[in-house]
Amino acid sequence: MSQLIVDHVDVSFEGATVLVDASLSLERGEIVALLGASGSGKSTLLRVVAGVIAPDAGTVRLAGTDITALPTHRRGIGMVFQDNQLFPHLSVGDNVAFGLEMAGVGKTERRLEADAWLERVGLASLADRDVSDLSGGEAKRVAMARTLATRPEVVLLDEPLTGLDRELHDQLALEVAALLVELSVTAILVTHDHDEAATIAGRVVQMADING
Amino acid sequence: MNPINALPRRVLAALGVAPVVALLMFFFWPTATLLARAIDTEALSSTFGRRGTWNVVWFTLWQAVVSTVVTLALGLAPAYVVARFEFTGRRLLVAVLTAVFVMPTVVMGAAFLALLPDSLDRTAWAVIGAHVVFNLAVVVRTVGVFWERLPADIESAAATLGASPWRVFTTITLPLLRPALLATASIVFVFTFTSFGVVRVLGAPGTRTIEVEVWRRATQLGEIGEAAVLSILQLAVLGATLGWSSLAQRRHSRALDLEPAAVRRRARTGIEKRRVGLVSVTTALVCVAPLTALAARSFSTPSGWSTAAWTRLGRTEVRPGIRLGLDPIAALGNSVENAAWATLFAVLFGAIASLAIAASRRGGRMLDIGLMLPLGTSAVTIGFGMLITFDQAPFDWRAEWWLVPVGHALVATPFVVRTAVGVLRSVDPDLQAAATTLGASPTRAWLAIVVPFLWRPLAVGAALAAAVSLGEFGATSFLSRSGGETIPIAIEQLVGRTGSLLQAQGYALATMLAAITILLVVVVDSTGQMQQRTPPTRLDALPVDQTGRR
Repeated sequence: MSQLIVDHVDVSFEGATVLVDASLSLERGEIVALLGASGSGKSTLLRVVAGVIAPDAGTVRLAGTDITALPTHRRGIGMVFQDNQLFPHLSVGDNVAFGLEMAGVGKTERRLEADAWLERVGLASLADRDVSDLSGGEAKRVAMARTLATRPEVVLLDEPLTGLDRELHDQLALEVAALLVELSVTAILVTHDHDEAATIAGRVVQMADING
Repeated sequence: MNPINALPRRVLAALGVAPVVALLMFFFWPTATLLARAIDTEALSSTFGRRGTWNVVWFTLWQAVVSTVVTLALGLAPAYVVARFEFTGRRLLVAVLTAVFVMPTVVMGAAFLALLPDSLDRTAWAVIGAHVVFNLAVVVRTVGVFWERLPADIESAAATLGASPWRVFTTITLPLLRPALLATASIVFVFTFTSFGVVRVLGAPGTRTIEVEVWRRATQLGEIGEAAVLSILQLAVLGATLGWSSLAQRRHSRALDLEPAAVRRRARTGIEKRRVGLVSVTTALVCVAPLTALAARSFSTPSGWSTAAWTRLGRTEVRPGIRLGLDPIAALGNSVENAAWATLFAVLFGAIASLAIAASRRGGRMLDIGLMLPLGTSAVTIGFGMLITFDQAPFDWRAEWWLVPVGHALVATPFVVRTAVGVLRSVDPDLQAAATTLGASPTRAWLAIVVPFLWRPLAVGAALAAAVSLGEFGATSFLSRSGGETIPIAIEQLVGRTGSLLQAQGYALATMLAAITILLVVVVDSTGQMQQRTPPTRLDALPVDQTGRR
């Protein structure tokens, strides 16, 4: 049985149709790259899966359950946003610990867990740093750690490596790939970079092929 | 700009001199006089020795705190809806909120008097209710401007991490809005702490603010020293509040990537649609109800519904043969005359000052701040200061026709300057540079290029100045003389007469003033629209989505 199924989803904004009859399914542990031009609806599809946008028609199923009407915070689906969306009023450590706090994890445990995740992405000892002091690559790593710390079954990555210079981009692509495989999460990677897609994903899907 | 192409110093100095002299004469000198009168051990001890003083200070403080907290709490819902959603009637809702905000204080007081049942009239709750409705627009505007540019994705990010909508609001949205909330809170606090017109109409002996007490002791009891002490006490509280708020805002400001422009969307889900509908309709009703009650009560006379209050506006007989020492029709004439002069003064000085401010750096900044001060000082303080300063030859100007318009102009000039300086500063310096390469001297280039940009903001500023003058009550309460009553003064005197035809006449006058004010705001708003409607000059500024989509 597929882990995640997007089934015949339609989305339109004020008359402009973005998704028509879009369908996609992922097996457990599968990493799919979604390629397409800008404006082709890649981000919108991710937002439908995350529950940030409600589809006009169609369903989203997670492990056999229809989650189309489930609010975002109850879906257990993690998302790394294109521009990270780190919380500017919280320290690096508190950003990473945010999801754990929402899950009701105690303060000490949260702190330890966040430190462990920061170490895992190569940012040990940055926990007390202000997020505005991070470099572009560091901020990406914090965003990854923050999402993965909640142990989501499905992770959505919305152009997570856009805007980095080539060298850093390639290095981070390898790190992300290793991390996702190691945690054996199911993931959708939205990108327009073929190399990045090949490095991280096991299967590449063209947006034009799944969106009628 | 290269300093050799800058406007010559003598031109700048010539521009700056008139506003500086006027400011020194009519603002700083009276304020200094007030201070001198207040630093007097006898006045100090008699003021603070009175129990009444402490009651007034306590009431002023607690009603301002309660008004501020309630306004913020109730204003967040409309602020959210207006900032985040595009919906039919959105512009209208903002316009209604703005219309209420610019209502003269006396009109707002009269509207609440008309709206509330007699049992609530002249209570603290009436005063607080009026303050809250009055200032909702401050929350919607000040918080909304920030909220509409707060990236929605940051809230989505929190939701994907497991935060429920309520926790997203408390852990992400509220902390990020904090600087805007602090700014709003301090503005509303200052407005309600210095409330005068609303309290004069709705208050009772137990519900007097410091402002009202200053007026009462100065003009009714003749205790100038005590009134001066209270004025200075209030100035100190205002200064402390504004200082604290700017410090706090700096401390809480975050390096946050705001969206370059407002991001609004239509409500998509049923819950969203219901929420937007409920909040916008409720807000509109809350704003419209007092003004509707005002108009309705102007047709309600002791002998039932009639147009008597409107048709007999000129005849103010308390009983047959006994007249009220007041003529509403004459008040109308006085107000229009005052407004015409005040607008002329404000536009003239505002225009010159704006040109000077926009063209120079440090001196301009000083003048800018100086001209803003009267706005933060409270009109009562200005009127009172002028009253006790210009009472001796050769400066005995109490009977001069221009004293009231000058007081109004002091309060109105900042509105002219704010609109004009913004436009002048946005003039591309390259335009002036282009003119100089074509052979124009710096002064010629400035006259030919920069000055013509003034006309539209001046039209807006003039309408605002007229609205300010027509509704001005604080300074006028001190400066207007018997026979020279303005509409707000007449309204305050008439609505105090419960249940009579005179009260209905007060409501009629207030309705008229409300209508004129709304008309002026519509003029301002449509002029602003014209400015926005200039065609985009850069095609490459179009959003990618419009060209790149499929």
